[in-house]
Amino acid sequence: MFNIFLDDAAALVVVLPLLISAIIAFMPSKIWPWIISLVTLVLHLVLSLHLLKEISISGLIVYEFGNWEPPWGISFKIDGVNIGLQLLFSIFVLISTFYSRKIFLSEIDSGDSGKAYSLWLLAIGSLNGIILTNDIFNLFVFLEISALASISLIALGAGQNRKALLAAFNYLIIGAIGATFYVIGVGFAYAMTGTLNMNDLVIQLAQYSDGQLAIFAGMSFMLIGLMVKAAIFPVHIWLPPAYSYAPSAVSTLLAALATKTILYFFVRLLYEVFIIYPSYLSLFLDFVLYPLSLLAIFIGTLIAIYQDDIKKLLAFSSIAQIGYITLAFSLKDHSGITSGFIHIFNHALIKGGLFMAVGYFAILQKDRVTLTSLKGFGYKYPITSFALLICGLSLIGLPLTNGFISKLYLFQALYTNQMYFSIALVAVSSALAVAYFWKIVEQMWFSEIKLKTEKEDAYIYLPIWIITFSIIVFGIYSSPIIEFSNLSADYLISGYQN
Amino acid sequence: MSNSFLIILGIITPLFAALFSYVCRYNNNLRDSFGIIGGLVTFLVSLKIFHGIQNNEIFQITFFKLFDGVDFTFKVTALGSIFSLVASSLWILASIYTIGYMRGAGEKNQTRFVIFYSIAIHAALAIAWSGNLLVLFIFYEILTFSTFPLVGHKQNAESQSAGRLYLSILVGTSLIFFLPAIFWIWLETGTLDFQDGGILINQFPAEYLSLLIAMLVFGIGKAAIMPIHRWLPAAMVAPTPVSALLHAVAVVKAGVFSFLVVIVYIVGPEFLLQTKSSDWLVWLACFTIMASSIIAITKDDLKARLAYSTISQLSYIILGAALASSLALKGASFHIITHALGKITLFFCAGAIYVTAHIKKVSELKGMGFKLPLIFFAYTLGALSIIGVPPFIGSWSKFYLIMGSIEREFIVVAIILGISSLLNIYYLLQPVVIGFTQTSRREVKLTKAPLTVWPPVITGLSCLIFFFYANYFLNNVSGVIVI
Repeated sequence: MFNIFLDDAAALVVVLPLLISAIIAFMPSKIWPWIISLVTLVLHLVLSLHLLKEISISGLIVYEFGNWEPPWGISFKIDGVNIGLQLLFSIFVLISTFYSRKIFLSEIDSGDSGKAYSLWLLAIGSLNGIILTNDIFNLFVFLEISALASISLIALGAGQNRKALLAAFNYLIIGAIGATFYVIGVGFAYAMTGTLNMNDLVIQLAQYSDGQLAIFAGMSFMLIGLMVKAAIFPVHIWLPPAYSYAPSAVSTLLAALATKTILYFFVRLLYEVFIIYPSYLSLFLDFVLYPLSLLAIFIGTLIAIYQDDIKKLLAFSSIAQIGYITLAFSLKDHSGITSGFIHIFNHALIKGGLFMAVGYFAILQKDRVTLTSLKGFGYKYPITSFALLICGLSLIGLPLTNGFISKLYLFQALYTNQMYFSIALVAVSSALAVAYFWKIVEQMWFSEIKLKTEKEDAYIYLPIWIITFSIIVFGIYSSPIIEFSNLSADYLISGYQN
Repeated sequence: MSNSFLIILGIITPLFAALFSYVCRYNNNLRDSFGIIGGLVTFLVSLKIFHGIQNNEIFQITFFKLFDGVDFTFKVTALGSIFSLVASSLWILASIYTIGYMRGAGEKNQTRFVIFYSIAIHAALAIAWSGNLLVLFIFYEILTFSTFPLVGHKQNAESQSAGRLYLSILVGTSLIFFLPAIFWIWLETGTLDFQDGGILINQFPAEYLSLLIAMLVFGIGKAAIMPIHRWLPAAMVAPTPVSALLHAVAVVKAGVFSFLVVIVYIVGPEFLLQTKSSDWLVWLACFTIMASSIIAITKDDLKARLAYSTISQLSYIILGAALASSLALKGASFHIITHALGKITLFFCAGAIYVTAHIKKVSELKGMGFKLPLIFFAYTLGALSIIGVPPFIGSWSKFYLIMGSIEREFIVVAIILGISSLLNIYYLLQPVVIGFTQTSRREVKLTKAPLTVWPPVITGLSCLIFFFYANYFLNNVSGVIVI
């Protein structure tokens, strides 16, 4: 009987969370929505593992909804490019859901638990849709669902701080502008080619030689729309307030996965579809994405140094880290794409771990976590603090953590492309990352205040330590992440050659 | 005992010392004894390894693969055996001294101090025995982070800003220059292993070698070459045992050791001599030697004066590495031992003077020579050794360095080394002269702290004794040079 589910695994990983989300929306209970979500996500992980098994056999799964064949119907596509991300996504949402319960309990009205988990699953399902969809309009739908779900989740932070409403509103407006840009681009593409399926789009676009302005306009609209959604500098301004005023569990989910999934689609669009116009692509990569990435790295890091609010600090650090990823993707070769994917994986873990730890501090002190409020926390909450320390060292990119592996491959990619200026900039900004991270460490361990050790909640520090542990493991035994990233790059590059 | 077990034992012992110190944190005597026990164990291990290296034994252990061509591996080189012997033997004395100093000066947070002290020794030993450049880098960073709590130990505004400066310079330079240089070497050669004769020759573009050398010498900030020297005087706010063992021996020697290792086992002296890529560094090192000697003269604070003297002495080693001739390398390697012995004596004395007489300034030492004869005796021995007067051990390394610069036909450098010795005489012996010739009307209350007096006497006397046994060390030093 279970086989029936497994046959539709590709659809179910998206549909299941969406369905369950509707079911638990009006549950009055405090605990059942969480349990149901957790069970759902365990199933989700099983389905993802099944997909991995299928991919390792066949290499490609195209799931046609309602058996409508691709150019007409909507289809999901799973191949080497996204299977790694799908797995990471599945594992991380399970861990963060486990983590989220106590956080939600203390940060939102207990009566809202059902609503919160309903939105939570809605966001998870739609973000997963972004990973799997093979249809540019369907992507727009998922983008919108995930945006609305995230905005509502962010607004739940209003119980703690009214600024959450403003942050959510900002995200709503800017996100809507981004989505509008994207959908206009889709409109252009559809008008020119009559298709929305990505594989078909490549074939249809090939009939236009270089120089079709409508196509270029459409492509530009799509890319800019996605850049807004992925918070690529300078259209990132919605991100810092959104991450920092959202309930802590929500920041964790958003910081680790939301921008990553969109970045993934962004690179897929670039290297699978737009690659058929090489001159346009290299124009975009060399003169738009590359300089913007460098600016993002540098300015994001600099702003982070001057933040007092820890969540905001981490958010600006995310801007810089997204810059590293887009820098790698702008390199146009196998090593660049590989290192971009490696950093997508590694940064999801690092930032997830950091936000989890800081989120725990936020509910412990029932206030925003600022530099001064962290005084002496190293002694007060040693277990969580130590995890935070390791995640932070990984963010800097010290050896034996997965952040180092990211840096190694990024350097290698930049070196093979002879981008020495970027190497220097990346090196400098990783040293600047020490500046903002060490401010935190100094407050936690080396301030004059010494606090008595207090008990920490195992339900919260367990997931944090799972992430922290994986950061060390992937720093030493890095081949799983490297192999998945290599696979992604292989598929994207070979798609381009065909 | 198998050779790989010895390595593990030597590296792990300081960590256990730290752990036991924490467990026994409520019993002060027990807690502080673990430093001495740990010192004895690591010293015996280092000695055994030192002899093993003399007999051409191989000490190697590989744990796991980090990435292509780079394993997490320890392998003792001839140079490493020297450094580990110095660090571990002086750790015993420093532990004894620490007990006397910390209690005498009434410092707080002694448990934390002892723990991070042991961790720093652990990192220094791991640096000494690291098998490739990345492992060296890992422990180089651990050494920086573990000494940060020691530098900022007093937790007042001054020590906090000193700690920040310390960390930002050392970590900053290592991330901006050292790590990219390591990546560069790896990308060109595919390996980072230490090999006799170096790995870069015929692998690395010779025209960029100067740039690589620059990235390394500025990236290894612990070597304290100008203009990356500011952290060392700043670190002097730490309690004196830190200045003595870490900022005269473990940390700064880890810096110059790293640079020396890179020159000898990565770049290869032969490649350097062919390309002359490090000749510019000879002049920078000379500048640092002279400039910091002159600054040292102006310092009235004894520890600050010794700090600038250290900067100057470290550049002797960099100078030797940059000259890259066999005599110069011999001198540079040997200088690691001689300067460590001499400088730890001086710092021990400075701390002992502070604990017993509460004096920090050179100008206040008037007449103290008669009141603290043992300390001044030890100080004089250490100073004479650093100046390079025979029969003190320091004369050997200076001799080889001067011979090395003549061998490379850098006559000016030999002259500069001579002038620097004259400056040494002035600023190192001035405290002694003041102490014995002038008299002060001020009454000074003396506190007894015998544990701070005897360690410098021992190290001072060994400066004298080892002059006659220099060959014992030089055997291993000669193993360094394979041209």
